[in-house]
Amino acid sequence: MNDSLLSLVTFIPTFAALILLVFLRGEDEMAQRNAKRVALTATIITFLMSLFVLAGFDPSDTGFQFVEERDWLMGLKYKLGVDGISILFVMLTTFMMPLVIWASWDVKSRVKEYMIAFLLLETLMLGVFMALDLVLFYLFFEAGLIPMFLIIGIWGGANRIYASFKFFLYTFLGSVLMLVAMVAMFVNAGTTDIPTLMAHEFASETMSVMGVTIIGGMQTIMFLAFFASFAVKMPMWPVHTWLPDAHVQAPTAGSVVLAAILLKMGGYGFLRFSLPMFPIGAEVMTPLVMWMSAIAIVYTSLVAFVQEDMKKLIAYSSVAHMGYVTMGIFAANQQGIDGAIFQMISHGFISGALFLCVGVIYDRMHTREIDAYGGLVNRMPAYALIFMFFTMANVGLPGTSGFVGEFLTLMGVFQVNTWVALIATSGVILSAAYALWLYRRVVMGDLIKESLKTISDMTSREKMIFAPLVAMTLILGVYPSLVTDIIGPSVENLISNYDTALAHGASASQSASH
Amino acid sequence: MIQADLNIILPEILLAIYAMLALLAVVYTGKDKMAPMLTWLTAGVFAILAVWIGISGEGENIAFNGMFHDDAFSRFAKVAMLLAGAAVLVMGADYMQRRNMLRFEYPILVALAMVGMMTMVSAGDLMTLYMGLELQSLSLYVVATLRRDGVKSTEAGMKYFLLGALSSGLLLYGSSLVYGFAGTTTFAGIIDAVGHGHTPLGLLFGLTFVISGLAFKVSAVPFHMWTPDVYEGAPTPITAFFATAPKLAAMGLFARVLFDAFGGVVGDWQQIIALLSVLSMFLGAVAAIGQTNIKRLMAYSSIAHMGYALMGLAAGTALGVEAMLVYMAIYVTMNVGTFAFILSMEKDGQPVTDIASLNMYSKQSSGRALALLFLLFSLAGVPPFLGFFGKLYVLRAAYEGGLAWLAIAGVVASVIGAFYYLRIVFYMYFGEEGDALDAPRSLVQQVLLMASAAIMLLGIVNFFGVDAAAQAAAAALMPH
Repeated sequence: MNDSLLSLVTFIPTFAALILLVFLRGEDEMAQRNAKRVALTATIITFLMSLFVLAGFDPSDTGFQFVEERDWLMGLKYKLGVDGISILFVMLTTFMMPLVIWASWDVKSRVKEYMIAFLLLETLMLGVFMALDLVLFYLFFEAGLIPMFLIIGIWGGANRIYASFKFFLYTFLGSVLMLVAMVAMFVNAGTTDIPTLMAHEFASETMSVMGVTIIGGMQTIMFLAFFASFAVKMPMWPVHTWLPDAHVQAPTAGSVVLAAILLKMGGYGFLRFSLPMFPIGAEVMTPLVMWMSAIAIVYTSLVAFVQEDMKKLIAYSSVAHMGYVTMGIFAANQQGIDGAIFQMISHGFISGALFLCVGVIYDRMHTREIDAYGGLVNRMPAYALIFMFFTMANVGLPGTSGFVGEFLTLMGVFQVNTWVALIATSGVILSAAYALWLYRRVVMGDLIKESLKTISDMTSREKMIFAPLVAMTLILGVYPSLVTDIIGPSVENLISNYDTALAHGASASQSASH
Repeated sequence: MIQADLNIILPEILLAIYAMLALLAVVYTGKDKMAPMLTWLTAGVFAILAVWIGISGEGENIAFNGMFHDDAFSRFAKVAMLLAGAAVLVMGADYMQRRNMLRFEYPILVALAMVGMMTMVSAGDLMTLYMGLELQSLSLYVVATLRRDGVKSTEAGMKYFLLGALSSGLLLYGSSLVYGFAGTTTFAGIIDAVGHGHTPLGLLFGLTFVISGLAFKVSAVPFHMWTPDVYEGAPTPITAFFATAPKLAAMGLFARVLFDAFGGVVGDWQQIIALLSVLSMFLGAVAAIGQTNIKRLMAYSSIAHMGYALMGLAAGTALGVEAMLVYMAIYVTMNVGTFAFILSMEKDGQPVTDIASLNMYSKQSSGRALALLFLLFSLAGVPPFLGFFGKLYVLRAAYEGGLAWLAIAGVVASVIGAFYYLRIVFYMYFGEEGDALDAPRSLVQQVLLMASAAIMLLGIVNFFGVDAAAQAAAAALMPH
C-alpha cells in the first residue's frame, strides 16, 4: 500500500466528486444534504489517510519518500513523493478541506456542483505539493484555476465576473512563461524528473539577449520565468492586485482555500524550483526579491488601513504576511527558510480562520462593510473571543503561531540584509495597528446599529469549525519544533546544496576569467 | 507494374467509384429521398476505409514514378480525415434533414472532396498536389453553397470560390517557377535540385508562392480573410466539415511540400512559416474577442489553432512534424465535439448561433454544459485537458528547433485566446437566466459531444497511442 498511498490520498476527493456527478440527482433538500455529507466524508477520509503519510514519514531522510513512479506520455513521468518541505503543505491541505466543506453547510444554490468543485480543487492542490515531474506539477498547478474560476464566478458576490476573469487571466499569464521555461529545461536536461533536475546544473554563463547583458545567463532567465508565475500566485507586490478582488468576491469557503492553501503554492514553488534549480539566477535576483518583499510588507499594510471592506483588509494583510515568506526564503539560511515555511503553515490556519470569521457575520448580515458593524461583543461574546484570538495571532502575538514565523524570518533576513529587516519589522507594528483597529470598529463599542440588534451568536457548528484552528494556532505557537523538526533536515539539505552550487558557480566563473 | 501502382491507390479508386456509383444510383431512383441513407452509407464507407488503411497499410509504397506516396505519414492523415469526415457527416444529417437541406449531392460531394484530400496528403509531385487540391476545393465550393436560396450561403460559396481560385492561381504560379528552375515536378527531383544550403533565387520565389497558396487553404494569417465569412455563411454541418478534415489535409500537404521537396533548405522557409504562425496565433486570439456569433468565433479559433500547428512545422524537425500531427488530431477531435454542440443549439426549432443564447445553460442541461466546458478549456490549452498537451508538444518542438521566441509568443497568445473561451463558460455558468434552448434532438450529436469531451480528459493517460503513430508518420517524411 505504501507505494500508492500518495495517489490514494490525492484521488479520494476526485473519486467522491465522480460519485456525486454520476449518482446524485435533483436539487431537493435530500440531495443537497447527501452532497454535503459525501463531500465531508471524503475530505475527512483524505485527512485520515494523510495521517498515515505523516506517521510513516522519516524527517531525518532528506530525500523524497513514498515515491511512486509510472511512465506517462511524451517521455514524462507520473511521479509523486513528499519530502520535509512538501509534507506539511499536504497536511495543511487535508486538514483545512473538511473545515472548508463544513463551513459551507449553509450553501443553498447548486450544492452538488459546489461540492464537486471543492473536491476536485483538493485533488489538484494535493497534486501540486506531491508532484515530482515538471509537467505533472504544471498540470495540477494550472488545472486548479478551473474550479477556482467557477467557484468565484458561480457562488461569488456582486462583482464576481470581473474578479473571476481577472483571477484566471492574471495567474494564467504568469504561469505560461513558466511553461516555456519548463520546456526549455526539458530540452536542456532531457528529463522532467524534479529530483534529477534539482541536481542538474543549468548554464549560468553571462549572456546577451538583444543587447541586454544577463548575468547568470540561462539560469537568470529561467528564474525570472518561474518567478513570474510564483510571484503572481504568492502574490507579491506589485502583481498582487488580483487577490483583493478575488477574495472579496469569492464565497467564504473559496476565500479560505485561496488564503490558506492556494497562496502557499507560490512559496512552495520558490523552495522546490527557484532555489534548488537556479541557484545562481536566484542569487542574482535576491536583492530585487528582498526589496519587493519589504515594499510589500509596508505598502500593503498601509493600504489595509484604509479598506472599508473586511475581506479586502484581510486580503491585503495576507499580501503583507506573504512578504515575510518571500523575504525569508531568499535569505537562504536556516532561520529564514524555516521561518518562511512556518509562516506559510501558520498563515494557513490564521488567515483561513479570519476569513471564516468574516463569513460568520456575513452569513447573518450579508454585508462586509466595516461600517455596518460595531459593538458585536454585546450580542456575540463567543464570536468576539474567537475573532480576538485570531486578530492577535495575525498581529503576531507571542504564544501564537503567527509570532514564530515572523520572528524567524526577520532573524534570518537580519543576517543577510539589515536594511530590509529593519523596514520589514515596521510591518509588525503596522499590522498590529490595522488589525486591532478593524477589531475595534467591528466588535467593540456600543451596539447602536438597529440592524444588529437581533444578531445571534455563533452556532455550535461554527464553534466546532474554529476549535481545531484555535488548537493548531496555539500548539504551533508554544511548541514550534513540531514543525521545525519535520522541515529542518530537508531545509538544511536545500541550503547546503544551494551554497555548494553558488561556490561552484563562483569558482567556475573565476577560472573562466583567468 | 501498373497493377502494383493501382494497388497502392486502391482506397482512393474505390472511394471514387463509390461516389460515382452512388451518383448514378440516386439519379435513376429516389433522388433526395435517399439522401439520409446515403449520408450514413458514405460515413460507413469512410469508417471502413479508415480501418482498412489503418490496419493493412505498411511500409512506404511509391506509385506512378513517385507521383503518389503511400507511407506512414499519408496513412496517419487519411485515417484521421476519414474518421473526422464520417463523424461530421452523421452528426449533421439530422440537422440538414429537418431543414430540407439534405440533398443527395451532399454526401457524394463530400466523398469526392475526400478523394481529393487523400490525394493531397499522398502527393509526391506538383501535379498530384494540384489535382488533389482542386478536386477537394471544387467539391467544397459547391458544398458551401448547398443552400442555394440562402443569401449568406451563396455569398459564402462565392467568396470561398473567388479567394480559393486566387490562391490556386498563386500556387500554380509558384509551381511553374519551381518547375522552371528545378526542371522537374516530382518532389524527389526538386529536393535534389534544391540541394543543401544555397537555393537558387527562382526556386525560392516559387516556394514562397506555393507557401502562400497553401496558407490560404489552412487559413493562416494574412491569407485568412475568407474564413470567418465562409464559416458563418455556410450551413453549420458544412462549417463543421470545413473546420476538420480539409484543415488536416491542407496541413498534411503543407508538410509534404516543405519536407519532401524543400527539406534540404529548412532555413529558407522556416522564417516564413514562423511568421505565418505568430500572426495567426495573435490574430486568431485578438479578433475572436469581439465575436458574438459562435461560428465566427470558431473560425477565429481555428485560425489561432492553425498558428500552433504551423509552429510545429516551423521547427523544421521530425519532432515538429510529429507535434503538428498530434496537434491536428487533437484539434479535429475538439472541433467535432464543439460543432456537435453548436449543431444542437436551437430555439423553437430554429438554429441559433448567438453566444448569449447559452445563458445559464448549465442549469438547463448540466451534463452537456460540462462537456462543452471540457472542450472549451481544452481549446484554450488549459491543463489537464488534451489541448494542453497538444500545445506542450508544439512548444517543445519549437524550442528544440531554436525558436524560443515563437514559443513565448505562442503562450502569450494563448492567454489572450483564453479570454473568449472563458466568455462562453461565463454565459453558461455565470450568466443571467434567459430563454431556454430546445432540448437536443439528435442522439448522434449527443454521443459525439460526450465522446469527444471524454477523450479530452481520458486521452491524457496515453494519447490512445496516437503519438506513436505520429512519430512513425513524421519519420516517414524525413529524408532518409
